[in-house]
Amino acid sequence: MAYTKRLDGRKQKECREIVAQAGVIKNADGSGYFKIGNTVAYAAVYGPRALFPKRVQDPSTGILRCNYNMMPFSGMGSRVRPGQNRRAKEISMVTEKALLPVLDLKEYPNAVVDVFIELTQTDAGSRCAGICAASIALADAGVPMKDLVAAISVGSVDGTLVVDLDYQEEAYEEGEEGVADIPIAYIPSTQKISLLQMDGEITKEKLIEALEMGKEACEEIITVQKKALKEKYNL
Amino acid sequence: MITKAAKEHLIASLDAGVRLDGRKIGEYRPIEVKYGVSKTAEGSAEVTIGDTKVIAGVKLSVEVPYPDTPDVGTIMVNAELLPLSSPKFEMGPPGIMAIELARVVDRGVRESKAIDVKKLCITKGEKVWGIGIDICTINDAGNLFDAAGLAVIAALKDAHFPTYDGVELNYKERTEEKLPLSKIPIPVTVIKVGKHLITDPMNEELDCADSRLTVTTIASGEICSLQKGGDMALTVEEIGNMVDLALKYGEELRNKL
Repeated sequence: MAYTKRLDGRKQKECREIVAQAGVIKNADGSGYFKIGNTVAYAAVYGPRALFPKRVQDPSTGILRCNYNMMPFSGMGSRVRPGQNRRAKEISMVTEKALLPVLDLKEYPNAVVDVFIELTQTDAGSRCAGICAASIALADAGVPMKDLVAAISVGSVDGTLVVDLDYQEEAYEEGEEGVADIPIAYIPSTQKISLLQMDGEITKEKLIEALEMGKEACEEIITVQKKALKEKYNL
Repeated sequence: MITKAAKEHLIASLDAGVRLDGRKIGEYRPIEVKYGVSKTAEGSAEVTIGDTKVIAGVKLSVEVPYPDTPDVGTIMVNAELLPLSSPKFEMGPPGIMAIELARVVDRGVRESKAIDVKKLCITKGEKVWGIGIDICTINDAGNLFDAAGLAVIAALKDAHFPTYDGVELNYKERTEEKLPLSKIPIPVTVIKVGKHLITDPMNEELDCADSRLTVTTIASGEICSLQKGGDMALTVEEIGNMVDLALKYGEELRNKL
């Protein structure tokens, strides 16, 4: 029995409902809100600002520092202990790599741009939601950017390719072919992929096909992000 | 650091009966309470007071009771002053500000006996319900004590138990059952600047405060916790006046729930 009908009734290429907003945190230099289904991310940008200690400064450019964090009550199961764990550290690092290609921080030597990502509730896809929110926040902060970045998870559930896996799809155990979960981030102007991770099982052909599906979904997300920014600035 | 001129300016405007943002002396900024803002929490609420915004979330779990109180459920309050919410907050383990905030809110809930902790007992000496409450700041524009206290009570009101068959907790399915919450403790923070006593202070005002008093009261008018802050001492008369303000505005805040 193949996975022909998605558990929540969505079409194969259909994302969950998306809500995006810019300028949601007044203290921040820029901020963004990104909700996809039951996953909600806030992002705040502070900077470019002074970076200490001095030995971590780079005199040739400003640096980007991202921090991904789940609020203690935002996990599907029991309470998540606050503070950075190995998972959060890794996600923070890959988030930086996902956003860096569109940023130009040469004008800010020795400085830092801090991006804080907070999840209030999660139902899979939280790193992607975080990147989408961070991208809005960076644009809102007026940091020089070549493009926005959109992110989504694509994957294969028992051999069927789908976009935007939710938790019950990630945990789907009934099939024989298993589940592959592939979070990606995408830069539309260069058509390049700046985040790529995967766990599960997938063939090369299916992977390439999944990436193409992800690109399409990201194009849709980019329009939602742009709309949120335009709304804030009444454009 | 606050400049002398900024403090003089604040006192001069208070003398003239106006706050820095144009409010009257006793006025709160607009207050909004939203319930159920985090679906993964058993109960949650977001409170906005002016530009200050905090989220409180409640997670319920099955715990082993403390040996000296074998039939009593546990309550834990934690506060995270997220670096997302202010350029002044840094990453890392909770600092003294976060610890004080959590402990003041904790005492209000605990000492008012708002939650009937005996009703949280599942099997005496073995299993009790544990209530884990987390406060997360989204934007700090002053008066986190009042915002956090209100958010925590709202989140407790919002909470539903997950299903529990005696072996395993199922967080995906919640019951209709709510927490045994019988009282509504509300913290109100009053600061003293010069000779003025003001409520709902913004950060600019908190920076100028000589002293600060957070008074938690319940509807009957009883006081269930106090916390004095600030570098200057207070007279008994001033404390009395501050408690009067806390009772008055506590009632107002309670009506927002």
